[in-house]
Order: sequence, then structure tokens, then C-alpha cells
Amino acid sequence: MAGASYLSGTRGSPLRRKSSSDDRAMRLFILVIAIYLVIALAFPLYVMFSKSLENSQGGFVGLQNYLEYFNTPSLVYSIQNSLFIGFVTTCITVTIAFVLAYALTRSRMPGKPVFKTIAMIPILVPSLLPGIALIYLFGRQGLINELLFGHEIYGPIGIVIAEVFFTLPHALIIIITALSIADARLYEAATALRASRPRIFFTVTLPGVRYGLISAAFVVFTLSVTDFGAPKVIGGDFNVLATDIYKQVIGQQNFEMGAVVSMVLLLPAGLAFVVDRIVQKKQVALLSARAVPLEPLPNKRFDSLMLVYSIIISIFILGILGVCQFAALVKFFPYNLSLGFSNYQFDLMDGGGWDSYFNSIEMASYTAVFGTIIVFAGAYLVEKGQGLGPIRGAFQFLAMLPMAIPGLVLGLAYIFFFNSPSNPLNFLYHTMTILVISTITHFYTVSHLTATTALKQMDSQFESVAASLKQPFYRTFLRVTVPVCTPAILDISIYLFVNAMTTVSAVVFLYSPHTTLASVAVLNMDDAGDIAPAAAMGMMIFYTAAGVKILHYLLSRGIESRTQAWRVAVAN
Amino acid sequence: MKNSFFGVRSGLAAALAFGLSHATFAATELTVYTAVEAEDLKKYAARFNEDHPDIKINWVRDSTGIVTAKLLAEKENPRADVIWGLAATSLLLMKGEGMLHAYAPNGLDGLDSKFRDKSNPPSWTGMDAWVAAVCVNTVESDKHNLPMPASWKDLTKPVYKGHVAMPNPNSSGTGFLDVSSWLQMFGEEGGWAFMDQLHQNIDHYTHSGSKPCKQAARGEVAIGVSFAFRGAKSKAAGAPLEVIIPSEGIGWDMEATAIVAGTKKLDAAKTLVDWSVSEKANKMYNEGYAVIGIQRLAKPVEHFPENIPQAMIDNDFEWAAQNRKRILAEWQKRYDSKSEPKS
Repeated sequence: MAGASYLSGTRGSPLRRKSSSDDRAMRLFILVIAIYLVIALAFPLYVMFSKSLENSQGGFVGLQNYLEYFNTPSLVYSIQNSLFIGFVTTCITVTIAFVLAYALTRSRMPGKPVFKTIAMIPILVPSLLPGIALIYLFGRQGLINELLFGHEIYGPIGIVIAEVFFTLPHALIIIITALSIADARLYEAATALRASRPRIFFTVTLPGVRYGLISAAFVVFTLSVTDFGAPKVIGGDFNVLATDIYKQVIGQQNFEMGAVVSMVLLLPAGLAFVVDRIVQKKQVALLSARAVPLEPLPNKRFDSLMLVYSIIISIFILGILGVCQFAALVKFFPYNLSLGFSNYQFDLMDGGGWDSYFNSIEMASYTAVFGTIIVFAGAYLVEKGQGLGPIRGAFQFLAMLPMAIPGLVLGLAYIFFFNSPSNPLNFLYHTMTILVISTITHFYTVSHLTATTALKQMDSQFESVAASLKQPFYRTFLRVTVPVCTPAILDISIYLFVNAMTTVSAVVFLYSPHTTLASVAVLNMDDAGDIAPAAAMGMMIFYTAAGVKILHYLLSRGIESRTQAWRVAVAN
Repeated sequence: MKNSFFGVRSGLAAALAFGLSHATFAATELTVYTAVEAEDLKKYAARFNEDHPDIKINWVRDSTGIVTAKLLAEKENPRADVIWGLAATSLLLMKGEGMLHAYAPNGLDGLDSKFRDKSNPPSWTGMDAWVAAVCVNTVESDKHNLPMPASWKDLTKPVYKGHVAMPNPNSSGTGFLDVSSWLQMFGEEGGWAFMDQLHQNIDHYTHSGSKPCKQAARGEVAIGVSFAFRGAKSKAAGAPLEVIIPSEGIGWDMEATAIVAGTKKLDAAKTLVDWSVSEKANKMYNEGYAVIGIQRLAKPVEHFPENIPQAMIDNDFEWAAQNRKRILAEWQKRYDSKSEPKS
């Protein structure tokens, strides 16, 4: 932002709404951020697509790689496997999340904030962690493996359980939002017409949240199809597309085939993305300005039923974490169950040792700071900027795109793009910077949407008034926009921090000896068979993310009381 | 490179400046790619630095397949200066691609003739032999009434069904040396027939070569096809393990050293390679490995089976390197589709 200081807002014709230098500065900035997205997203993806049409010598071979792919049965099975995992996970997660969301919004059971917080915990751990816990619970030496009745945890059963754990918070947030916007007048009308409770549920409640459910279903489907951590740890020989990419690239040195599988994986993710966008638009349209918020009535039987259900879900989530912490402390499972910290000697293991933990914190901090600046400035310029219509349209599209790009695919695209000697940005390869860029880009969409939503709540009159007072836009931005949007800005930075700590897929192809990361260390230690240290490192990630989250909670309460008083004033 | 780039132009935009973090201006730094077990890396670097404190080693460590993949991926733009501790078959592959800088280190003559590249000057020199072995968990095998296997063929008996784990040769160097040794010992047809039978008993294939043994150590499987070093280490850590050397003979590969062609730090690289074939280095390898480049120095290693040198097959590395791609593709076609959707 400092570069803008040479621009003065006082020049230009007084008749124009904004000074031309202001316009130029804004255009310059939006161009800069648009170029960032082109370099960090569009170019790498294009290069990867063209790699999928080349042989290992770099010669163009058209669709030959694709033909080879579809003629290799073991690879094609993975498509079915991935779709199967996605479908089953979606059904289970959406059902569980719906009932839990229902309990949290439509019952009068006690302890709602506690249950909601517990249900959000899976966001704070890498998706490898539930897999590790399942091995300790249901593996050959598992603590309660009798419960599987002889079935094998390695494979689809394990993957689905881990994915349900991993995707639950994402579905829950969406469905809670959908259930929260219900219009009490509809329920009053239904009750007045003497409709039974089930009938009200099927004719009022379900239709009211249908878009939320569809949206949740597609988010869960995308997450579980593109996730790499759970199938890697607990998948056994059950191959899915995400692990195939890893195997092709890492195991077989077959980068071109990795690119082909990536293109295949883009299809379901992209499709889910498109459907979700369409549905999201409709959801907004359901909101009526005159809607009356629904207050649930007490119902003893129903409330205690919901309470029991919420407790069961909480035990599942806390149990997974508890088992991991137990595993991390046990000396030599299952033959020596005495406790100690020997599994925390990360320096004796694969994965980069304790350095990788501190690298992760460093990387997550950079991602949070620079990511928030880039994302928020970008959203501001798109929302409030003038002119450059086509570029803003393209920007909006690029900002939504990362949602549909699995992290592994992005990482592979970065290898192709940034490690090419002819690329002037080649010096970024193997640096902390490329990890930060990859992580910011991977989690761009949700951050962008958060920023956009916050900005949309602000009256555009602020800008008009500021312009008529001949204030340069950056002054309005720094003095009005940023303070008003502080909660959103904090949300974005925490979202980026936590995800940077936990992501494996966006960074697993890109780390270097100087920049090993904790999440990748979990993967590598598990790969080498050091599962207890992997659990220990996974829990370190959890404690760090949870600590930051608590800090955020305290901080945002303090800040909100100081900067958000106007919201109350407006509401009144 | 990145540090000077960022460090000098301090006026660079803030968004770029966060690459500046690991600025070290000390001695020469070598980027060394390796597949040596993680727990040994600090020791290797420290021993080397006792003699050469002015050269700092930055390790890049991963499974054999991954390091090989990385090196090949970076062929146009190598990141590594030296490879210290990678399978000779992988180095042969790289030699074929012209990626290695041939160099005859001081002390080359002391090495066993097997432990060097045949060309002159050699493209790589060997450090130690890493040999296949079978880790058997005695607690689990008692529980399931499994007899102690004595040979590879024993492992195909129906009694072991679902009790064996082995590394996937596509990612694991150990997995590949197993497969290539079976093909050499039993012949092309016999080897695949053996693997077809073995596949019936395999519970799962792992990504890394040490994992089957570590899983056997934890009782997650009863039998892990792995390598002797890992078995000895896990046994020393208190796992109820028996390390078996199958009677037909065992596959092996060398951990070897080479200079990456195009390195800008050739002198430091040569210094490291000189040291890697020294007597001191060989004694260090001997702490974990029974068979080393200068075999007359070798002393028995604790928990290591004693008959290893006799059991090692006459491994044809050239053949293995040349046929690597074909073997891996065939293996994948046959066995990687265990993932057929279950009804």
C-alpha cells in the first residue's frame, strides 16, 4: 500500500465523482492482484494441462496419456472408488450434520455452545489424524477392534469414517445457517392449520433448508473426493484418485500421468463447484426481509433426545483426539503401554524434526498476514472499485476458482510451472514463499467470500461521501473500511492460519529441506511406519491451531465491543 | 541464491520479502539428497563435519523412490549438489540420463570392486549394502499359530494368508530390490509366478520399505518384508521381532554416492565424496550395516543375522536399472489393482 503515497487525491476536475489519479491507483492495484491470481492459479493450471498432453521428453502426444490412463484398470478403478467414497461420505455426513444442526437450532437442549465448539474441532487437525486414531481403535491391535466384527478398517470403512470426521464441521456450518433463516410465520401458519410435527418437518422445515442441504452435500462430496490425508493413512490398498496422483508423481516419477489423473480429479470437483454456486444464489433469494426468527419451544422428550445425540457425536470427535494423544504418549504400543515423551523426539524421525513444526508456524503466520492483505484488498477493489469491468469480472471468476482445485492438483501444477528453468519466477521454487503462495491460493475462495460479504454490508455512500470530500480512496479504506470490517479480517486471517497449519495436499509437492512442515511430517512419519510420533506431531498442530483460535475469540470479543457498536445502533 | 536476491534489494515489495528467513552466510553449503534412514542423518553430517567443518550439509531425505523421482523431475534444473546414500540402481538410471558427474575419489582403490560404477572414472561409489530381510513378530505369530518362515517360498503357504506386508516397489527401493531379486533368482516366469502366489497372502503393500518391519514391530501385521537394518533397529528398540534371512538368497542394493552434474560447488562436492569412501566413513556405515564398501573393516552388527554376506545374491544392477521401468509397470498391472471395488 505504501506505493500509493505518491499519488495525491487533490488533483482532477472537481465535477467528477472521483479524482482520476485515484481511479488510476485503484486500477493499478486491481491489476496487480489480478496478475497475482493469474500467476498463482491460471498459468500453473494451464501448464499442467499441457503437460498432460506431453510425453516425459516434453513432446506433444495429444490424448495418448489419457488413452493409457483409461486402459490401465487399476487407475480406472480409482475413479469408481473415489466416487463411492464421496457418495457414502456425503450421505452419512449430511445426515449426521443435519440432525446436529437441528439440535443446535431447533431444540432447547442445554450446552449448545459447547456442542457446537466440539463439532468444529476437526477443522483444527490435518485429515491424516482421524486415520491414525482409527488404526489405534480398529487396527489389528486396536483398542476396540471387536466392534468391527472382523471387518477391515484399512480400506473404504476407515476412509469413510475419517472423512465423516473431517467434513462434519463444513456441512454443519452450512446447515446451521440454512436452519437459522427459517421464518417463524410459516411454522405458526402450519401449527394453526393443525399440521402434525412430522408433517411440518416434511412440508416446512425440509423445503426451507433444501438449498443448504444441497450445498452441504456438494461441499462434503468435493472435500472427501479430493482429500488425500485419510486415504493415505487408512486406505490400505483401496486406491482413490488423490492417492493415485501422489503415487504417480512421487512413487513412479510419472509426472505426465500425475497431470492426467489431476485433470480427471478436476471433473467431479469442478462439477460440484458449479452446482454449489447455482444453489448458493438461490439460497439468498429465500431470505425475506419480513421473516421472523424462529424461537424453538421447549419439548422435554425431543430436547433430551437431541442432547443424547449431541453427546454421542461429541464423544466420537473427542474420542478421536483423545486416542491420538494417548497414542502419542504410549512408549511402544501395544507391548509397552507405559507413558512418556519418547515419541516427541521428532529429530530422530522422518519429516524434518521439530524444525518442521516451527516452519509450519512461520508459514501459517506469513499466510495469515499476506493472505489477508491480498484477499481483502482484492475483494475491496472488486466490490468498491470503478471501471475496468471485464478485469473485475475475470478477477471474480479467478477468485472463485480455487474452490474447485484440489490442493494436490495445485501443488503439481506449481512444480510444472515454477520449476521450469525458463520461468523467471523459478527462484521461488523450494522457498517458503512458494508454500505461502500455494496455501493462500488454495484457500483463496472462502477468504474472498468472507471479505466480499463483509464489504457488501457497508453502504457505498461511504465512498461517495469520501470522494465528494476529495479524500483519496485509500484513506477511506484505511480509516473506515478496515475498522468496520475488522471482524471479517480477523476471521480471514485465522481461517488462513489454521488451514496453513493443517493442509497437506497444497504443500506436499512443494516443501524443501529448509521448509519441511509439520503436516507433511505427520504424513512422512506415518509413511515410514512411525505412527506414534505422527500422532504426536498431529496433536501439536491441533494444540497450536486451537490456541490461536482461542486467542482469536478473545481478541475479536475485545475488538467487537470497540469497533462494532454501530451494528447495534443500526439494528435498533 | 534466494537469500542474496532478497537480501540485496531491500526495497522489494513487501509481498515478496517473506522469502528472506534462512539467511546463513557461513561456509559452503551442499544440498545433499539421500534415502539414508532419518535417525542416521545427524550422525553422518556430524562425523563429516569433524573433518570438514567448513562444509554444511543440507539434507533432503525421503524414500528411495521419492528421492529418485525428485532428482529426475529436477533434471533440467538440478537442486542437489551431491547424492549421498541412494540406491545404486537409481544412480545407474541417472547415469543413463547424463545427470551424474563422473569422479574418481581419493581412496577409490580401497573399495570392494562391487562397490563402484564400472565406468572409469566411476559415476558413483558404493557405501554399504542394504539387504532384504523378513521381520517376524513372535508374539503375533504365536497367537496365530504361524510357523517361522525360513524361505521366500514359505511365505506363499496358505497359512500366512493376510499376515504379510511388503513395500510397493514403485515407491520403495526395498520393494524394488525384492522384486528384482526374485526375478533374478527364480527367472522371469518363476519370479512372477512366485509373486502371484505371494500376492494371495499379502495383506497390504506399503509406500516405504521400513514400514512393513515397523508394522510387524507393532503387531499390526505378523510378517513384514523389509530390510535387515530396520529389523535390527526395531529389535534393539525392544520389539518382539525375529529377523529372517530367507534361504534362497536375498536381494540387495547398495547405498551409493555421486556428484550431480552441473553443481556449482564441485570442490566441496568432491571433498564430500572423498570422505564418503574413507575408512572413517566405512566404519560409520558399519555401525548400522554389516556389509560395507571396505569389507575388511566390517565388524558384526548387533541383532543383525550373521549369514548375510553369503546370502546376498549376485545382483545384476545394470539389468535391474535397465528393466526397472518395465518391471514396475508389470508389477503395477498385476498387483496394484487389489482395489477393485468390492461388492
